[in-house]
Amino acid sequence: MTMAIVISADDNVATALEAIEAGRTVRAGATVVTSADHIPRGHKIALRAIPAGGRVIKYGSPIGTASSDIAAGAHVHTHNVASARGRGDLAGTASARAQSGAAAAATPRIAEPAE
Amino acid sequence: MTTPEAVFLGYKRTDGSVGVRNHVLVIPTVICAAVVAERIAASIAPVGSALPHLAGCGQIGPDLNVTHDTLAAYARHPNVGAVLVVALGCEQVVAQHLADTARRSGRPAEIVSIQGEGGTVRATARGIEIARELAAAIDRTERTTLPASSLVLSVKCGGSDYTSGLASNPVVGRVADRLVDLGGAVVLGEIAEIMGAEHLLAARAATPAAGAQLLRVVNRVEAEAMALGLDIRGTQPSPGNIRGGLTTIEEKSLGATHKAGERTRLEDVVAYSAPVTRRGLTVMDTPGLDVESVTGMVGGGAQIVIFTTGLGTPTGNPIAPVIKVTANARTAQTMADNIDVDVSGVLTEAESFEGASSRLFAEMLDVSSGRATAAERLGHREFAIHRRNPTI
Repeated sequence: MTMAIVISADDNVATALEAIEAGRTVRAGATVVTSADHIPRGHKIALRAIPAGGRVIKYGSPIGTASSDIAAGAHVHTHNVASARGRGDLAGTASARAQSGAAAAATPRIAEPAE
Repeated sequence: MTTPEAVFLGYKRTDGSVGVRNHVLVIPTVICAAVVAERIAASIAPVGSALPHLAGCGQIGPDLNVTHDTLAAYARHPNVGAVLVVALGCEQVVAQHLADTARRSGRPAEIVSIQGEGGTVRATARGIEIARELAAAIDRTERTTLPASSLVLSVKCGGSDYTSGLASNPVVGRVADRLVDLGGAVVLGEIAEIMGAEHLLAARAATPAAGAQLLRVVNRVEAEAMALGLDIRGTQPSPGNIRGGLTTIEEKSLGATHKAGERTRLEDVVAYSAPVTRRGLTVMDTPGLDVESVTGMVGGGAQIVIFTTGLGTPTGNPIAPVIKVTANARTAQTMADNIDVDVSGVLTEAESFEGASSRLFAEMLDVSSGRATAAERLGHREFAIHRRNPTI
């Protein structure tokens, strides 16, 4: 059986310490899953299905959002996970952003207490 | 633990600060003086060290202040025993200010001007003469036994891969926790690499003001990146990070912040190169570029740097030893000349996190007592001052 590291009980992905071929039985913490894809060394495998738009959890915290449905055992990486941070590409055109530079600062990810 | 007590042999300065190295620092005021400064420093290697940089003129406002403040911070750094300032003669950065800063902190300091001496050859010759006198003057400074609590430890990661967040950063985090338990200080930079993990650090803020300031700087950096209208994926994480298995900046940050400890309290958030004055954890507002980040944290007073890497990286610093740690067994072999401490055993459970962190803590004290790091042996002295504005 192949091993993958899971850090927090809340995580829905685990990290492969060695490359895993598709179709292998993988144990990650208390979870056993069959790899659906080739998982390169150091890359992540889904421990359960994550629907498009669902949060991908590692270290017990969200690391991004599923950009398509992810099956249990699938390779989880940039092809199916979008970052929620620093996404100037989703915040309008560069010229529009330049004209309202304060807009981004006005919508912080975590609200700052008032001065 | 190999050391019965958490002590090391360091330099007690007359201003009360504690150094782990005793360099003659040769500071060019401006890029135009960099080559002369490097030649002078090389003449008294390894005690001599130069700070070649790209700025010193064509700057206005906050950008000029950051350059000036960073050079001044190095002029009075605890790892520096004496200072030689190399000026061109017509630049914005003020040579006298840098020399006065060093003298006020008890270090001997001199100035050589390229225009004043009459060219490269005369200025280099005069500089070498003075540098030799300064090196002889500080050679009598002896190391004395000092507590680990006098250390300001900079924690850094670069060339990260999946092993960084899983193993090497948590090992460094345990060293940070232990140093802070003893009364020492830890400084963490790279605000972009806190993005996605700021909730964990803010929850450990010692005061509401420190937590609020952390969120303010993280939000400012994210807004600056977003103002370009682009996705930051590509630099955060970098192409190498992505090949190494890191998918998003959130994932990179959550792994990266482990190196600041698991229970240290966030005491303060300071500007680039500004003095770290609190014991416990301080966050410094630095960019994610490794050399700019290390340059700023050492400017803040860190005497020593612990730097984790997954893919391997050679970065050093002109005055502070940089200890390279990896948990990637392949990198430990393929880049052996750059790596000081291999903690890959924690991933295969051949070594416990506690065992690896005890070994790293002992290494930190040995290096503080004078043992050279891989970066020092290889002559890695990278230095880059963060720029806030374009050159005018």
